[in-house]
Amino acid sequence: MAFIDTQQAETGNGYARVSSATPRDFYELLKPRVMQLVVFTALVGLVIAPGTVNPLIGAISIIAIAIGAGASGALNMWYDADIDRIMGRTKSRPIPSGRVAEGDVLAFGIVLSVLSVVTLGLASNWVAGAWLAFTIFFYAVVYSAWLKRSTPQNIVIGGAAGAFPPIIGWAVVTGEWISLEGFILFLIIFLWTPPHFWALALMKTEEYGAAKIPMMPNVVGAEKTKTQIFWYSVALALACVAPFFAGFAGWAYLAVASALGGLFAFRAWQLKLTPGEGRALQGPAVKLFLFSLWYLFALFAALLAETILLRVLG
Amino acid sequence: MIETVEITEAEKKARKSRSVAIAVALAVLVGAFYAITVLKLGSAVLNRPL
Repeated sequence: MAFIDTQQAETGNGYARVSSATPRDFYELLKPRVMQLVVFTALVGLVIAPGTVNPLIGAISIIAIAIGAGASGALNMWYDADIDRIMGRTKSRPIPSGRVAEGDVLAFGIVLSVLSVVTLGLASNWVAGAWLAFTIFFYAVVYSAWLKRSTPQNIVIGGAAGAFPPIIGWAVVTGEWISLEGFILFLIIFLWTPPHFWALALMKTEEYGAAKIPMMPNVVGAEKTKTQIFWYSVALALACVAPFFAGFAGWAYLAVASALGGLFAFRAWQLKLTPGEGRALQGPAVKLFLFSLWYLFALFAALLAETILLRVLG
Repeated sequence: MIETVEITEAEKKARKSRSVAIAVALAVLVGAFYAITVLKLGSAVLNRPL
């Protein structure tokens, strides 16, 4: 038996019920796959930064950044619950599937946001804490609540939220607001985001259309989107070699970045040459989307491995 | 009158798992803040007006 607040627990059919949400449902609200990328890129920012940080403080900081990213994911799912119900890709998320109540998700997102920022601020410094707070705000408010439903540049500008983690990682060690190195890593992820998302959007135009999300292919058509994907890929390939010329990466990284950047642009070119739209683009679009995921991990892994190796070798 | 409701076994199980998860999260948070305090302040942790 349980006492319940019927006003809060009232379901649509008029019956009161107790939540049957499990911890796994709440974990899913954190968008774990996005968190992996955030953790890894923040870790690279932290490791390549000049200076040292206590390993435990570094670990706590990375976890706080991950939780902050997860909190922004939960707030995004809370705000987007109405359109998540429409799209096949998102309708099995915890809110649309009815596993977690919307109010619970909002509270979860806010509590984790505050906890992650405070923990990061206390563990490292308040510059890093402020960057994390701004990142959460940018993703939850600027991207989710404003840009996503209002402009085809939504993921271009909104992509900045996913590009901030290396700057936060750098700030954990140095306490600096911005540096050339942090900005270059930011730029790489920022330029990577449009081709990555538009490759997916090209295959999901009907779903985005039904949800009234103005993704680039829905607004300007498949042909212009493919062209933009290609030019972003060229810009990305150029940005990816910048760490070498800025002096914080060596020849091994340059070789890996050149090869990967060339391959990325080649896949984007293949997509551009493929005629048609929707399902006709599935083959090259899926290839580019999957490659883009692997690409970013490989690029940052190369930078991380080279930095560690050079330090070990003295 | 206080309104009550009989909860199902599945709801009881879910509630218990949520409670355990919250307890674990709080324990981790306490451990993290303890570690932060010791690492940031070191021996100076005792250097305060009593």
